[in-house]
Amino acid sequence: MTDHLPILLLLLPLFGSLICVLLGRNNAAHSWVVAMISLGGSALLSLLMLIKVLGLKSGDFRYRMGGWPESSSYEVGIELRVDVLACLIVLAVMIVGFLNTIYSKTRVSAEVGEKGSFFYALIQLLIVGLCGIIMTNDAFNLYVLIEITSLTSYALIAMGNRRAALSSFNYVIMGTIGASFYLLGVGYLYIKTGTLNIDDIHNYLRSENLWASQSIVVAFILIMLGVWTKMAFFPLHGWLPNAYSYAPSMTGTFMAPLMTKVMVYVMIRVMLWLFGSDFVYSTESIWSELIIWMSVVAIVAGSFLALARNDIKKMLTYLIIAEVGYMVGGAWLGNLNGQAGAFYHILSDAAMTFCLFIAASIVIIRTGESRLNAFDDLFRKMPITMIGFTIGGLSMIGLPPTCGFFSKWYLIKGGVETGQWEFVVALLFSSLINAVIFFKIFERAYFGKIKGIKEEVTVQDRDTIPAGGIKSVPLSMLIPLCVGSLSILIIGIMNKNIFSWITKALEMVNG
Amino acid sequence: MASVEFSLIPFLAWLVSLLAVPAIILLGKKPDAREGITFLAAIVKFGFVLLMLPLVREGKILHFSFSEIIEGIPIEFRVDGLGILFAIVASSLWILTSLYALGYMRSLKEHDQTRFFACFALSLSATIGVAFAGNLLTLYIFYEILSLSTYPLVTHHGDKEARSGGRTYLSHLLGTSVAFVLPAMIYCYWKKGGDINFTDGSLLTTDIGSGAGLIVLLAFTFGFAKNGLMPFHSWLPNAMVAPTPVSALLHAVAVVKVGVFCVIRVFTGVFGIDLLEKLDIAVVVSWIAAFTVITSSLIALSQDNLKRRLAFSTIGQLSYIILGVSLLLPLGVTGSILHVAMHAFGKITLFFCAGAIYVAMHKKYVSELVGIGRKMPITMTAFAIGSLSVIGLPVTGGLVSKWYLVMGTAQSDQIALLVVFLISSILNACYFLPIVYRAFFCRPEESLYEGGRQEAPLACLIPLCITALLSVISFFNPGLFIELAGLISNK
Repeated sequence: MTDHLPILLLLLPLFGSLICVLLGRNNAAHSWVVAMISLGGSALLSLLMLIKVLGLKSGDFRYRMGGWPESSSYEVGIELRVDVLACLIVLAVMIVGFLNTIYSKTRVSAEVGEKGSFFYALIQLLIVGLCGIIMTNDAFNLYVLIEITSLTSYALIAMGNRRAALSSFNYVIMGTIGASFYLLGVGYLYIKTGTLNIDDIHNYLRSENLWASQSIVVAFILIMLGVWTKMAFFPLHGWLPNAYSYAPSMTGTFMAPLMTKVMVYVMIRVMLWLFGSDFVYSTESIWSELIIWMSVVAIVAGSFLALARNDIKKMLTYLIIAEVGYMVGGAWLGNLNGQAGAFYHILSDAAMTFCLFIAASIVIIRTGESRLNAFDDLFRKMPITMIGFTIGGLSMIGLPPTCGFFSKWYLIKGGVETGQWEFVVALLFSSLINAVIFFKIFERAYFGKIKGIKEEVTVQDRDTIPAGGIKSVPLSMLIPLCVGSLSILIIGIMNKNIFSWITKALEMVNG
Repeated sequence: MASVEFSLIPFLAWLVSLLAVPAIILLGKKPDAREGITFLAAIVKFGFVLLMLPLVREGKILHFSFSEIIEGIPIEFRVDGLGILFAIVASSLWILTSLYALGYMRSLKEHDQTRFFACFALSLSATIGVAFAGNLLTLYIFYEILSLSTYPLVTHHGDKEARSGGRTYLSHLLGTSVAFVLPAMIYCYWKKGGDINFTDGSLLTTDIGSGAGLIVLLAFTFGFAKNGLMPFHSWLPNAMVAPTPVSALLHAVAVVKVGVFCVIRVFTGVFGIDLLEKLDIAVVVSWIAAFTVITSSLIALSQDNLKRRLAFSTIGQLSYIILGVSLLLPLGVTGSILHVAMHAFGKITLFFCAGAIYVAMHKKYVSELVGIGRKMPITMTAFAIGSLSVIGLPVTGGLVSKWYLVMGTAQSDQIALLVVFLISSILNACYFLPIVYRAFFCRPEESLYEGGRQEAPLACLIPLCITALLSVISFFNPGLFIELAGLISNK
């Protein structure tokens, strides 16, 4: 039974999605139940899978789709490969998906109307796609699954308000270009090696020593460009802010934490498993140096663009772009701390982006205002929401004991070790900008509008008067927020364990 | 070699004021019970600290650690002479300040008192956390918690001035710690390869080189911006918008002393005096501190707002401490550590007086204090004693620490620095003594006050008398402090 875990947790949402389509229009309530069951079940399965993998000596296991026999030379069948890293991200995807479904309960009818069941069908399909991307061991399947996630996300975004259609179209264009680059790169690899299985390609490259070949270099560049477009690595980020902020709120809360992170994982996987660290970090190439500088630019530009935004969601989306810079830079530092830091940041960034997006969505919905002045005096009016937002914000700034602090710790350590001081400075700089951004908001939320003269306020006033004007927020929105902010702390406090799992898995591939 | 002993007491001392926070919030609607909790926590905390004192005096180091958060770095408490001295000062003054705050906040009918007392308890917990921190990361974490928990206190009034003061406060304290301390700490962690626990020797070795060593040293010294070293000092005058009990305990004792405490830790526990001597880099810090001493004293002269004048005086006095430790001589280090305590007693008295004047007379400018000595004789007498202590004149404790500092400077043959101390003392006298003089000895027609005595409420008056008395007692009886300081500096 446990051998079939990888496919089971893909099939559950897949069938869930089909059922949702069959339920038809105007059946959001039933679809919600279906989605809850399928995603909750998958989340449990992925937890089981993590436990199983942690118990394995070899560190990973493979699942052969359709029971294809193992061949002596090249794989013909399709393979899923699961190690601790994949398990952690699948678990993150499932948990975010499940929590997001809880959040969407009251929002679906308000935001997408009668198309509710299709929303659930699409989001489950999207989750299938994401988990497939994470687990597949086949370079071409990876492309197919990227397309599945892209197509579903175009539709999900286009469900939003009137501006969503245009931003979705923008995303279609950029996403298609990115995917095409990736496919082209895979084509080159196939021509040179004659296989699509990631391990086989890697072994062939190694045994035939093809790393100097022009076609392999071109393939690598094309794949990187494709992946960067998909993850909105500055300056290929143009599609992201509009797409995520005009999408329906429950689409934004799901896609913002996960889509870019999963693509970062694909990048790390391509770098270390497909091509191999010898090739990627080879001393003859100037890539590492160049790409770290690019990530520095991404971090600084993303932070500044976020600082300049007055729209809550836009601001958060630019922060994502800065965070992508963290991870790309970390992965390219070329040492274990950098790679593991980048990977750890995938998890922590997923948690904090989720938390912030949920909180921001609640604030925007409840106040009916999408600019920063929505936050005026909210600590009094919506204390729980603001506490969640505060934890997310502190994590973005990188204060202990939130997970944001520890990911910065590892990334900075990686930068110090390799002497990439520009990366260290960029990380610290972004922390400071984040501090400005978030404390600006905290200050608004804490004080509200500037009050008159102090003497007018009499004794006992606010201590005894119940905080007036609380607009009740439904539990279905608060629960995901609370779990999200708790997970920020849990990932932070458990960082030692998580980090040791990550490094163990990475040591295996780095040899 | 001191023996290390496992003990739960440091943890309990830290925990007790943390536990007070939820209790204070829950009892928010019953002010008397709420303040009862504050007193209870303060006294129990002081009790725990005193309980550790005999053990530390025997030369033991108490140690407690839990939850290894990063490979090799647990949350660790480690109590040595320096830590216990700072803890004694902070926790004893917390009791007095609580009493004072009670009188101050209630007489002025301040709003949000629950928040005020809750944040106060939290910041004291963080202060003790810093005092007992056994490694850099623990120190850093509590340092940040202290910045955040004092922010609501600084911005208590919530008006425009408080908000901009709060903004300066956070941007300076958080900004410098993230930008400078964090990378320096990670650099040490990487250099040391595995742990960053404070030891009696040094964490770093000579292979760091003078260049990198200087950068790390400056990153730490500027990064712990709570020490008020120029040019990152301007948060302190801006923090004076806070209610006076906050300025008194936090911005004359707890917060600012945490800043210099961290610097002393860096000098003695991270680099180690020997290593700094070999690298020959501490003199840079000496001169930055000397510059701060003189400049801040000059600025203090021109301040009419009494609390701002006190704030600039604090900046100068903090730099004394940094200057003392950067001399790298046992006498200088002893003087620095002593000055942490002596300056605390003197300066908290001055702030208490400033607050008492505000409560009784609603005056906050120096120019308005002419003739106030006849109106509030007790307060102004205490003010005079506090001034003497900060200037470093007998019969106050300030003389003792200054004696050691000056002796240390003389021993180090840095005549220029000796001149700095001299000029600064004169400047200190220039900005304090006229206040005292004009309060008591002015012609009747100059006096801005008439009528009989009108002191602040007893809850305000008692603490300031006690702290003034402490300043005097510490002159006649500085033995304990010298002994504790010696535990560190004679290594």
